Amino acid sequence: MKKITTNSFAILAFVATFIFATFSANANQTRENVVKRGSLNCGVSQGVPGFSNADASGKWTGIDVDVCRAIAAAVLGDATKVKYTPLSAKDRFEVLKAGDIDVLARNTTWTLSRDGGLALEFPATNFYDGQGFMIRKAANINSAKKLNNVKVCVETGTTTELNLRDYFKANKLKYEPVAFTKADEAVAAYDAGRCDVYTTDKSGLAANRTKTKNPADHIILPETISKEPLGPVVRGNDENWANIVRWTLNVMIEAEEYGITQANIDSLKTTEDPAIKRLLGLEGETGKNLSLGNTWSYNIIKQVGNYGESYEANVGPKTPVGLARGLNASWRKGGILYAPPVR
Amino acid sequence: MFLTSQFKTTLKKNLQPLNLLPQVFLILLIIYIVYFFSKNTEINLDSRNLNFGFDFLSNNAGFDIQFSLINYDGSSSYAKSYLVGLLNTLLVAFFGIIFATILGFIVGISRLSTNWMLNKLSLIYVELFRNLPLILQIFFWYFVVIRSLPSTEKSVIILNFLIINLQGFYIPKFIFSNFVFIFYGLILALAVTFFLRYYATKVFYESAKVIPVFKIFLLLVIIFPIIFALLGDVKITIEYPKLVKNFGIFNYLGGVKLVPEFLALLFSLSLYTSAFIAENVRAGILAISKGQKEASKSLGFNNSQTLKLIVIPQALRVIIPPTTNQYLNLTKNSSLAAAIGYPDLTGVFAGTALSQTGKAIEIIFIVMMTYLTISLIISIILNWYNKKIALVER
Repeated sequence: MKKITTNSFAILAFVATFIFATFSANANQTRENVVKRGSLNCGVSQGVPGFSNADASGKWTGIDVDVCRAIAAAVLGDATKVKYTPLSAKDRFEVLKAGDIDVLARNTTWTLSRDGGLALEFPATNFYDGQGFMIRKAANINSAKKLNNVKVCVETGTTTELNLRDYFKANKLKYEPVAFTKADEAVAAYDAGRCDVYTTDKSGLAANRTKTKNPADHIILPETISKEPLGPVVRGNDENWANIVRWTLNVMIEAEEYGITQANIDSLKTTEDPAIKRLLGLEGETGKNLSLGNTWSYNIIKQVGNYGESYEANVGPKTPVGLARGLNASWRKGGILYAPPVR
Repeated sequence: MFLTSQFKTTLKKNLQPLNLLPQVFLILLIIYIVYFFSKNTEINLDSRNLNFGFDFLSNNAGFDIQFSLINYDGSSSYAKSYLVGLLNTLLVAFFGIIFATILGFIVGISRLSTNWMLNKLSLIYVELFRNLPLILQIFFWYFVVIRSLPSTEKSVIILNFLIINLQGFYIPKFIFSNFVFIFYGLILALAVTFFLRYYATKVFYESAKVIPVFKIFLLLVIIFPIIFALLGDVKITIEYPKLVKNFGIFNYLGGVKLVPEFLALLFSLSLYTSAFIAENVRAGILAISKGQKEASKSLGFNNSQTLKLIVIPQALRVIIPPTTNQYLNLTKNSSLAAAIGYPDLTGVFAGTALSQTGKAIEIIFIVMMTYLTISLIISIILNWYNKKIALVER
């Protein structure tokens, strides 16, 4: 009898724990959770040089990594308080939806079905890209129109995979996709000769060419077959958090417009220009609208820099990736970066 | 009768009040846990504005698949991409099971050989292939063996029949016209054999004469289709793979192409599983006591009759149940295909389709149910076979 009572009590206690526990993920609380935790969980790629890539010591750098750092600077006041989670293209959205990361900054294309259908929100674009093809010089092909009966290495679960089909279908050309779950595997397969062509966003082609055995043996074909606006992604049920991510990026873009850099920001504290004063947190209460302190924008520029600085340091012409500004220049300089006013 | 009375006793014991209490609790607990998790899922789906449903299956998939047994392209539906994945899984599992069984029997019998070298070689085979993690073996075949093959323009060509290169293995394709006549021939051969077997059993019991049914069957299976083919004007055209050059890119077109991902997966699954089957075979043969063979000899059976009528039927009873497990393992292990990009059910449907639609719960549910169904079907077939060859107690 005694044994049975103990058992029953144990079971009752177990049931009770279930009744009182709730596993439901909290909506609209990402900012509170980040502040409570004291660090930002950021989903990044498994290694795309210039965008998000870890060096030998495990330090992450890249233009996408800078988005994570800027958000941490805005919310926590410290750009170093970021925990990076490398994700494959296939897993990225599920991990974000499950709440394991606060923001996904992983060269992700903003599309209608993802924005509307996946319960996600794309607050902004931090890189305007387009899909292209990389091919061996020995193939003697200089235009994507001449690709026929080719084997194409591609990363699965991407818009790349869908554009690839659209392109070959529209041009009545034949191809065979060889799909891998990791970008690295697709590049390695292409490099080994399993495929004749490797396709991804052009920025990714430039970045991944540096990973081939002999980068000089490969060329990127001139055609751009798609629009790929890449940007950070958040869950669709937290407007405050989406705003924080959107305006963090806008601050970086606007800082470049006004010529505020990491180096000169402190010397600009005496300026009379109201727009600059607002970005420095000296005038108005910009942070209040985002439930952040008023130094949020100052912290972003001081700790991470403006958009141009981040671009030049990670993917600009002087880096191994070597991408010209192109579309990603400020609208004042012929590009399409145009941030709504921070006020 | 025996079973029912035992069941009644158990039931009586189970229904005693003192025993009843924890059992009721356990059942309530299980119901509660199931309820809790489904409710939790529902709340979380709602809070993220995700709707649950299978409507997406009829939408256009939009992506192409490298290797498909049916006519599929990106304008087909997600349901069809599921079918492509399922067939690719079944294909590799089917051939994997056949190769693993053949290899397993050869190696298992060699393990018992009195020839020292054969014995030791098969020992090394078994210990090597069953003790290395399967995923490493897959990687070995794919990244080490296949990746070191020559490029397309430098293909290895064997007897103008098999073409081997880094992008795949190519063999000629046989195209039959009026193929259905060959099929009729096969059916007739099977029908004749069926009646012959019935007759042979009768003859054996009446006059102890043995009619070699199996040998006749082999003969018929070859002769009948050939006769029918000649009568029905069956023609065979052979389509050889042709090397095509487009600028600097070489390509074999036509023929039958086996993609490297499929081959690497097939090799590794077959070799890995065959090592386990070999041990089952060895165990099965060793389980037959020496007395059985001696009794058989003393009754006047010769060596091959002893093996065929006494040893193998009894050994199979020991071999089949654990081998069923190996078949199930092979089928489930084929889902490791995703690691090397072979488009199987897991890769195509739980991988690509899932990330394109975001329907994680629905897709994982479908895929789990599919593997469960495949496994249960394999179990049912082998359990039926096992029952058929089981010792009949009279």
